Formats: sequence, structure tokens, C-alpha cells
Amino acid sequence: MRAKARIKSVVSHIGLVLLSVVWLFPIFWVIIASFRKEKGSYTSYFFPKAYTLDNYRRLLFETEQFHFAKWFGNTLLVAIFSCLISTIFVLSVSFCMSRLRFRMRKPFMNMAMILGMFPGFMSMIAVYYILKGLGITQSLLALVMVYSGASGAGFFVAKGFFDTISKSMEEAASLEGATRLQIFTKIILPLSKPIAVTTILTSFMGPWVDYIFASVIMGDNYDKYTVAIGLAKMLEREFISEYYTQFAAGCVLVSIPISILFMALQRYYVEGITSGASKG
Amino acid sequence: MFKTLKKGDSITKLSLLIFGFGNIMRGQIVKGLIFLCVEITYVLYFVFYGLDALKGLFTLGTQEQGWVMDERKGIEILVDGDNSMLLLLFGTLCLMIIVSLIIVARLSVESAYLAQEAIEKGKRPLTIKEDIGLFLDSKVHITLLALPIIGILAFSVLPLLYMILVAFTNYNHDHQPPGKLFDWVGLDNFFVILSKNSPLGKSFWPILGWTVVWAIVATITCFLFGLVLAMWINSPYVKIKKLWRSVLATSVAVPQFVSLLIIRTMLQSEGAINVLLKEIGLIDNPLPFWTNATWARVTVILVNLWIGAPYTMMIVTGILMNIPGELYEAAKIDGANTLTIFRKITLPYIIFVMTPYLITQFIGNVNNFNVIYLLTAGGPSTIDYYQAGKTDLLVTWLYKLTVGSKDYCYASTIGILVFIISAVVSLLTYHRTSAYKNEEGFQ
Repeated sequence: MRAKARIKSVVSHIGLVLLSVVWLFPIFWVIIASFRKEKGSYTSYFFPKAYTLDNYRRLLFETEQFHFAKWFGNTLLVAIFSCLISTIFVLSVSFCMSRLRFRMRKPFMNMAMILGMFPGFMSMIAVYYILKGLGITQSLLALVMVYSGASGAGFFVAKGFFDTISKSMEEAASLEGATRLQIFTKIILPLSKPIAVTTILTSFMGPWVDYIFASVIMGDNYDKYTVAIGLAKMLEREFISEYYTQFAAGCVLVSIPISILFMALQRYYVEGITSGASKG
Repeated sequence: MFKTLKKGDSITKLSLLIFGFGNIMRGQIVKGLIFLCVEITYVLYFVFYGLDALKGLFTLGTQEQGWVMDERKGIEILVDGDNSMLLLLFGTLCLMIIVSLIIVARLSVESAYLAQEAIEKGKRPLTIKEDIGLFLDSKVHITLLALPIIGILAFSVLPLLYMILVAFTNYNHDHQPPGKLFDWVGLDNFFVILSKNSPLGKSFWPILGWTVVWAIVATITCFLFGLVLAMWINSPYVKIKKLWRSVLATSVAVPQFVSLLIIRTMLQSEGAINVLLKEIGLIDNPLPFWTNATWARVTVILVNLWIGAPYTMMIVTGILMNIPGELYEAAKIDGANTLTIFRKITLPYIIFVMTPYLITQFIGNVNNFNVIYLLTAGGPSTIDYYQAGKTDLLVTWLYKLTVGSKDYCYASTIGILVFIISAVVSLLTYHRTSAYKNEEGFQ
């Protein structure tokens, strides 16, 4: 019996090691590509002949063709502002939908659900012309507005969280004469830390990983690029052979903070999905 | 609104025409004046812009840009025509403004009626200060929702309405404003796309088929493999479970555009994988990951598995911890073996909890733009389809039709069809879950 368990254990671990190799392979490869001394997207051999830190140095400090450091700053700026706005919007909307009862509540919720079923970028071109009408295409402000403008419609997860907070505290507060705004700011908000963290981090990550909207809005204004479109630009035919190793370096630099954020969030993600569902 | 109108006296009734009239007559001067100013703004808007916008919405422009003989100068000059695109946009905006006007009218009547009621009961109507105070208390939802709703209207509703209307026009590459006008064509685009004979129809049905196959296969493979991973790592034979979970979760944590762009280059015919396989000596000719349609379709599903399975694994791991331990003990006392316990307890529980998640996953996969576009960009391309390749989903085709060939009307039609698919699937399932029916169950 003991021997059998040991065999099972060994087989399990060998399998997991093989799987891990498959899973980490692309990540491992991009890391070695980012240190590769030879230029070019393709080499006729797998492991580089020589290693260097030059790709990182040139990516960060050379600014003639591409200005990665600036892209990084742009993305950070957009991420901070759109994260602030989205968080305020999402939390206020979810509070209203969860704790208050008013005439337009159900219609609003249904409308938000219907809006969510249209393919996201079907409206992209119209958004582009609206921004053009406002005279702010190719600017970071436009990106902030696109990322956070309609964020209020994405309240379902946060509302589900608010639904689980007991009502007794706010009833007590309301007996003592607290207004509903005070109930929101003084009672509900402090209790909603986990969902606030989730909302903040997810909306912060959005601008780092979005490629579609940013590329349509920014066109060819390299100066205002975010990292996602900038890095994708490096893969275009005229740049790829010169910039591929720098692209790899950029990928590593962007992935590190995003992965850390994600790992920090992971617990909340899982809790959100499983608790929302296990109510059923 | 009609009830209020019926019960209201003549002053209240008149508030429907002159906003704020009832408030002014009953002493709420400031409130009444605000209503009146809002009405004047509306009137000015309609006189100067609104009526033209409505007319433009019907005609979508009559004057085409072109060369006109200028008699005085004796030469032909270029005359700006109407821009159908802008006319449609402003027309849509005007429709939304009309809806808002109806809402304001209703508010005016109701506010007038409240004042009337207060006086009939022998009380004095609220002062402006008390009115404003209400916006922090019983009407706080208006304060909190105002900005988010404006954002949703401007960046979601208006663009969507506009694009929905575009689906009923002939705004394609032959009718590009400002050079050309486009016009209403009714349901023509739907007939063109759904017909089996037009080039668009010949692309639509196969692409729809692939989209459905992709969505089903991608959802199920991710679910099953994630389930296997979770059970596997959770088994008593595996040590340092946390390490394995984190290693597998890296594919979720790395931004998709990074990992997908990398995998795309790795799997090219001169890419790292083919080079490695050649170095080992397994193959002589590069494997056609992206150049052969079947290979490409299988590859995108496998890469999607790489991204998606750990996600399911994380969730299933969470669920496994929530399954009540008594269930297992009772089953063991009854003499059930591991397989039976899994089939009768674990699996039903997981499926029960994860059904809503699987549905959102399915719809997410129908709309899975990133994986397809960043990996294959729809390729390998084919002349059988109009502006699409063999791995294109409806949404990536939609994107190509907008950004590439500027066939906006067909893109919008496809968008509406995708919406119908998602809506039908989620209505059939989501509304049955109790999370929707019983939202107050935990308060």
C-alpha cells in the first residue's frame, strides 16, 4: 500500500513538473530573448549565443524612434486617473443599486445588463467620432474618458458584495438621524474594503493591457502611446528585426508589476466568483 | 405622470407646458426658475439645432459634395456636401435629448403636484434649502448616479444607438462621408448578411459556425482541464500545493497582449518552437501552426487552454474548500469509493456553483477578441471569405470590417447579431439562477 502511494506521488510530481515546463516555457523564452545579444526576431538556434543588458538600457534611454519610458509614464497617468474615476463611479452605483430602492432601479439594472451584451468595441468608431467632436482624440484625456466613462455600468460584482452586508447597522444609524449619504460614506464604504481593492486594481490594470481602444484613438501619435500599443508597434514589419529584443525587454518590464498586482488580487477574484455563485 | 396630471389642479397641469409654473405660483421661486431656465435651454436648442438635427436624421443629407459652376467667378468650385455621418450622430443625440425632455417635463409636473399637495394639507411647500437637503438623503441616488449615468449615456448608450442605427443604412466603403452620402436602407443589411448567396453571407455562416464551435470547445476544454488540474493538485499525493498553483497561474497573471504576442512569434515557421524541434531532430520541415487552417484552429484552442485552464483551476480550488466535509464523511461511512464520491458529490457541487460562471465564459469566448486577434489576426486568410480569415470570429471580423474596409453598416449588423446570440443564451440561463431572483437573501 505504502509503495503504491509513493508511486502515485512520484508520478503526480513528474506530471506537474512537465506541465510547469509547458506553462513557463513562453515566459522563460521571452526572458532569455530580452537578454539576447543578437538582434532579430528569429534565430536559427534556440539559446542565444551571447547575453547582454543592452536591450533594457536602449529601451529605457533611447528615445529617437520609440520612447518607452514616456509610454510607461503615459500608461501610469491614464491608469491612475481612470482608476480613480471608475472606482468612484462603480462604488456609488453599486451602493445605490444594492441599498436604495427607487423608481428607475430595475430599468437601470436591466439596461446595464443589455449594454453589456453588445460586443464592446462595436461602438468604438462612434466613440472615436464623439471624442473627435470634443476635439480630444490622440490625447491621454480621451483614453481616461474611454476607460472610465461608462464604467458605472459594470457594477454587478460590487453590488453582489454590497448585497451581502447586513442591513442592521444602517437601520440603527438611520434611527439616529444619519442621512443616506452618511450611511454610504461612514458605514458601507469602510465595510467594503475587499471589493474596493478589487475594483481599484482591476481598473488600474485595464490601461496596461488594453490594445484595441488605445490603438484606434491614438493612431500614429507615438508620443501619447501606452505600453500595450507601443510594444505591439515594435512587432510591425518595418521595426521587428531591429526592435524584437527590446520588445521582449519591454514585455518583461510591463509583466512584472501587472503579475504582482494580479497575484495580490487572486484571492478576491476567486472569492467574488465563488461567493456570488454559492448564494444560488 | 398621467395620474398626477389628473389629480393636479389647473396650475399643476399648466406646469407641463411651462416648467416650474406650479412651483413659482406656490412660493418655490428658485426651484421654479431653475425649471424654467432648463425649459428655455431646451427651446433654444430645438430652435437653433434640434429641428435641423431631426430633419437630418430623416434625410441623412441631400447635398452631395461636388464641383459646382460658380457663375460669378466663371470656374467650378468644390462645394461641401452634407455629412451623413455627423447628421446621424447629431440626430441620435437629439433623440436622446427628447427623451430627457420628457423626463424633465414629468419632474416638473410632479414637483408642482407636491407643492399643491402640501398647500392642500395646510403645510408650506419645501424651501429650496430643504429641497437640496433631500439630495443628500432620500434622493441621494440622484446625486450619486448623476455623473456615472452621464458617462454611460455619452460613452456607451449614444455610441451604441448610433451604431445600431448605422446597421439600417448603407454606410459602407462605397458611401463614405464627407465625399458621399449614405441613406436608410431598412433591413437590407440583414438580408445581405443572412442570405446564402451574397459574398457576405458566404462568409457569415461559416464564421458563425466556427465562432460557436470555438466558444463551446474553448469553454469546455478550459473547464475540464482546469477541473483536472485542481483535483490533481488537491490530491493527498502532491506536496507544496501552493507552488504548483502559482506556477500554473503565471499564464493568467502575465498581461494577455504580452503572452499572446510572444506565443505568436514563437509559433511562426521560423519561430522558437520550430527551431527547437528541428534542433532536437523531431521534425525536418516547420510545423504550419498559423498557415494551415486546421492547425491554426487547433493551436488557438490549445493556447486558450494555456491561458484559461489555470483560471478554472483557481476557482475550482476555492470551491473544493467550501464543500461541506460532512458530505464526504457520510459517503465514506456508506462505503463509497473515491470515484463514486467524485461523481456523486464533488462534480455536481462544482457544476452547480459554476454554471453561471460557465455561461459568462461562453459569452466571453464568443466575444474573445484578444486571443484570436493577437495570435492569428484571423489568419490564415482565404479568398472564400469577405475580409476575413479562417480563424476569424464574428467579433474580429466586425473589427476588420470597421477598421479595415470601413464597411460600418455590415459591422453594425454583425454586432447586433452577436448581441442577439449573447442575449438569448444569457436570458435562457441567467434569469433562472436564484442569485438574480433573490438578491436580498443575505441582507
